[in-house]
Amino acid sequence: MKYLLMIYNDETEVMTLPKEKMEQRLGAYGAFIEAMNKAGVCVAIDRLQPSSNATTVRMVDGKAKVLNGPYAETKEQLGGYILIDVPDLDAALAWAARCPGAGHGIMEIRPVWSM
Amino acid sequence: MIPPGAEAHRAAESAARKSYGKLVAYLAARTRDLASAEDALADAFASALGNWPVSGVPANPEAWLMTAAKRKLIDGARRRRRAEKAADGLVLHTEELISAMEETEGIGDERLRLMFACAHPAIDPAVRAPLILQTILGFDAATIASAFLVAPATMSQRLVRAKTKICEAGIPFRVPERAELMGRLEAVLDAVYAVFTEGWADPAGTETRRRELSGEAIWLGRLVVSLLPEEPETLGLLALMLHAEARKQARRDKAGRYVPLAEQDPANWDERLIEEAECLLFQAGKLAAPARFQIEAAIQSAHAIRRQGGPADWPAIVRLYDGLLALTGSPVVEINRAVALAEVAGAAAGLAALNDLAANARLQDYQPYWAALAELLARTDAIDDAWQAYQRAIGLESDPAVREFLQERQARLSSRTTPGRPPR
Repeated sequence: MKYLLMIYNDETEVMTLPKEKMEQRLGAYGAFIEAMNKAGVCVAIDRLQPSSNATTVRMVDGKAKVLNGPYAETKEQLGGYILIDVPDLDAALAWAARCPGAGHGIMEIRPVWSM
Repeated sequence: MIPPGAEAHRAAESAARKSYGKLVAYLAARTRDLASAEDALADAFASALGNWPVSGVPANPEAWLMTAAKRKLIDGARRRRRAEKAADGLVLHTEELISAMEETEGIGDERLRLMFACAHPAIDPAVRAPLILQTILGFDAATIASAFLVAPATMSQRLVRAKTKICEAGIPFRVPERAELMGRLEAVLDAVYAVFTEGWADPAGTETRRRELSGEAIWLGRLVVSLLPEEPETLGLLALMLHAEARKQARRDKAGRYVPLAEQDPANWDERLIEEAECLLFQAGKLAAPARFQIEAAIQSAHAIRRQGGPADWPAIVRLYDGLLALTGSPVVEINRAVALAEVAGAAAGLAALNDLAANARLQDYQPYWAALAELLARTDAIDDAWQAYQRAIGLESDPAVREFLQERQARLSSRTTPGRPPR
């Protein structure tokens, strides 16, 4: 079953992180990705650019309305996602807990509808 | 100034803490209906919070709560009977229940029976510890779910299903006969230990509920010892938990960094808890029936010897792991044995023992295997392999402090590849 793990974190914390701490965090992510690959669970993983680079689009009266910024202005923003394929929710939760994002942010786990 | 009702609130909370499991066990013992017993008790606590601030806290809060809860249960049973007007047998059953409850004066301690029902072989092993937490200690499903890293809705479902099974499949509230006690007691002790290890998994103490879990487990351990004082495994389990608890604070330095057991300063261990653990272990030893928890506690005791200034008793630790391995056949025990063997016979011997485990698929996602492998590879100067093994361990670790510790160890390897390193 597929689950989307979404990493929500404080973008200002990421931007002000000292260089060596950042390297340590990226190293931890690298090891986490390797572990997922060795276990054969990772379908896709990406880190997102900051929400200041986000744009929203919605149709208003038949016309596309384009706005600068993210959908919701919250302290924690979606910073990356991982799509995994595992037997059940407990397995997904175990991988979410291992993700460094669970330490510096919050992991949201959403089951994917199977088609 | 104490706000009005604060005293009553505190009294209700303290009664809940002390008496919850006792009251649930007693209320459900005859009907096996845990859900109704919990509902009745919740109503009784609500009445207490309404009444006590006005009428004062009763002299015996536990008895007050029991009377109130019994009344709720009896009302519920009467309502059901009226609604069903069913077979005479049912009416008779309800009457029996009501008179049994009205007759009894004191509150017998049925908690051990309840624990045996919760840890019954017919109950899914994964839900036994959560069920004990809920019925004996009154934890709600959401708290238990978060402690066991399971979705709250899933945990809630599992608990409901287990309670339904106890009621409908007729799982008895009883302490098994001597002949089958050992196997069944193991399930009860396993569940208590599972509660402890879940609390232990939060060394930084950041999650209050988790931190309290190890304390709750020790409380359950003491309860089981008080009810079955002649069983070596009950003593062994309590000794094991106390030894581990004694080192809880020493696992982090002042900056919150992870400190492995070998590098902990024994001065930071809790002497009082170690003494108590050693006493229990001595009592268990006199009963001359060593089993899993007793051996594990003895291993902790061989580490605790460092308090006297010398090294841990590694030869004894290897022998104890041999005994444990013969008993359990667990690959996790083999990992620990390999690490201990490295201390006695050298890193190469430890590595050889670990290599025997390499084919075990279950260990591929098990962090301690990779961390142990990395450490021993580093000691034998297999720098590249050690780096790879650390990489796996880091990727599988969920505790940020341990992850940073492993990253530091891994980084230290690179400095050893610089020129000037003595040739292998």
